[in-house]
Amino acid sequence: MLIACSAQAENGPELQRQQQLQQMVLHDCGACHGMSLKGGLGPALTPAMLEGKSDDLLVEVILGGRENTAMPPWNSLLNASEATWIVKQLKSGAIGAK
Amino acid sequence: MDRKTTQIRRHRRKVTMKYRALAGLFIAASTTLVAWAAVRGTGDLGIIIERTSGSITVVETTQHTVLGRIPGLGDLSHASAVFSRDTRYAYVFGRDGGLTKIDLLEQKISHRVIQAGNSIGGAISQDGRLIAVSNYEPGGVRVFDSETLQPVADIPAIHGAGDAVSRVVGLVDAPGNRFVFSLFDAGEIWIADFSDRDNPEILKLTGAGNQPYDALITPDGRYYIAGLFGEDGLALVDLWQPQQGIRRILPDYGRGEEKLPVYKMPHLEGWAAAGDHLFVPAVGRHEVIAINRHDWSEAQRIPVHGQPVFVMARPDGRHLWVNFALPDNDTVQVIDASTMAVVHELKPGKGVLHMEFTPRGEAVWVSVRDTDRVNVYDTGSFRQITAIDVEKPSGIFFTARAHMTGL
Ligand code: HEC
Repeated sequence: MLIACSAQAENGPELQRQQQLQQMVLHDCGACHGMSLKGGLGPALTPAMLEGKSDDLLVEVILGGRENTAMPPWNSLLNASEATWIVKQLKSGAIGAK
Repeated sequence: MDRKTTQIRRHRRKVTMKYRALAGLFIAASTTLVAWAAVRGTGDLGIIIERTSGSITVVETTQHTVLGRIPGLGDLSHASAVFSRDTRYAYVFGRDGGLTKIDLLEQKISHRVIQAGNSIGGAISQDGRLIAVSNYEPGGVRVFDSETLQPVADIPAIHGAGDAVSRVVGLVDAPGNRFVFSLFDAGEIWIADFSDRDNPEILKLTGAGNQPYDALITPDGRYYIAGLFGEDGLALVDLWQPQQGIRRILPDYGRGEEKLPVYKMPHLEGWAAAGDHLFVPAVGRHEVIAINRHDWSEAQRIPVHGQPVFVMARPDGRHLWVNFALPDNDTVQVIDASTMAVVHELKPGKGVLHMEFTPRGEAVWVSVRDTDRVNVYDTGSFRQITAIDVEKPSGIFFTARAHMTGL
């Protein structure tokens, strides 16, 4: 039990939190990026759009926001490992556009 | 002829007439049985957007019941609706550019077109004959015949010297069969006059400010006000004298203060007027701003629970109901318009996305995304009257909007 938990922590958020994050991306990020993440006020966050952009940079944008744009900093609601997990999901297309 | 026979004859005639009338009814009933059985008005109807399923739920607000559910409307993640003036049809604007005309009585889609790649909202003209949609992609406004959804006009939001195209927000209808909208990326406000529908005239006003994100029109249809995301203040146009251009109001609002993160863009649609004031959500501050309607100065800042999203006036203007962005989207606060103080707070559940008052305001319907419910409250006692199951509900739109400018 303990071992399983610590292993999960290293791989990112736990399963239940992953589900929450997935909902959050669709609904809350989706409010600006579109629920299918094909864009709205914010740009599309589809694998094609994110291709070639470094994970670190994208994590930084998510946590810190982008000054003078509508992209807010999420660091009070997400930690670094959660933002990293979201970036991986977005890049692989596991969340979003069907 | 004696008295008795006359009476009998009269009686016979009455009987035959009765039978004829009955036979007529039977024929009518058997040919249009469904429609006949469902005869009703539409003044107490409304629709609720189901965000994730691409469906809408048709409701009536007298008995608080669901009348039906209509699937097949595409991506409704930022959907809104307007109504035909006979309040039989709803026009639903989907995120994916879908424009769907719905027959509320027969509860079916009557027309549907995909008119753009990414859209944000729409409006119906003063005469009820045109539907305009504001698009992000391709940026601009497209106008359709409300009867057939056939295209009438295309207004690309090309601005500046080159061929830059702006996303369009804050589209409303205005008297004179006009549509007014804002160019998010260009800081312009355009007025499209469709009084001659085949030759629309467009007046372009520059200098609205940085990133107008949404707009409202006063209920008399005279003033158009756009909120700015990229800087402080709001942009005002007097539609009685549009050639006078844009006037900036509240330019110093919050100057020099640190802005809080905005996790969801506020909306200006639910404009709220009570007495001498107009109430709007602040951007990046946990405040509702009361603006003096006569000189457009700041009258008061009302501290609230979080970043306000909708500030909706009860139809009598006495109370304002406010919901909030993440992480406070489980809360609704009620402000008294005369004292400008919060008088009540509710916790309907996580993901409170929208609120809509019944036509005369005795009840308010509140959509709560994460509980898959729409809660109905008594606006006098704040007690919950009932709740209705709706999958991931967001926008709620009642047919009373049909007769209000800007809605
Ligand atoms: C209030 C609107 C809004 C919300 C909510 C929002 N974003 Fe953004 N986001 C933007 C805007 C606008 C930009 C573009 C900024 C710019 O112009 O550089 C952006 C940019 C981004 C980028 C950079 C894209 C690129 O190609 O450079 C990422 C990644 C991103 N957002 C992820 C997220 C995630 C994840 C969430 C939810 C946790 C989220 N956003 C929620 C408005 C928003």
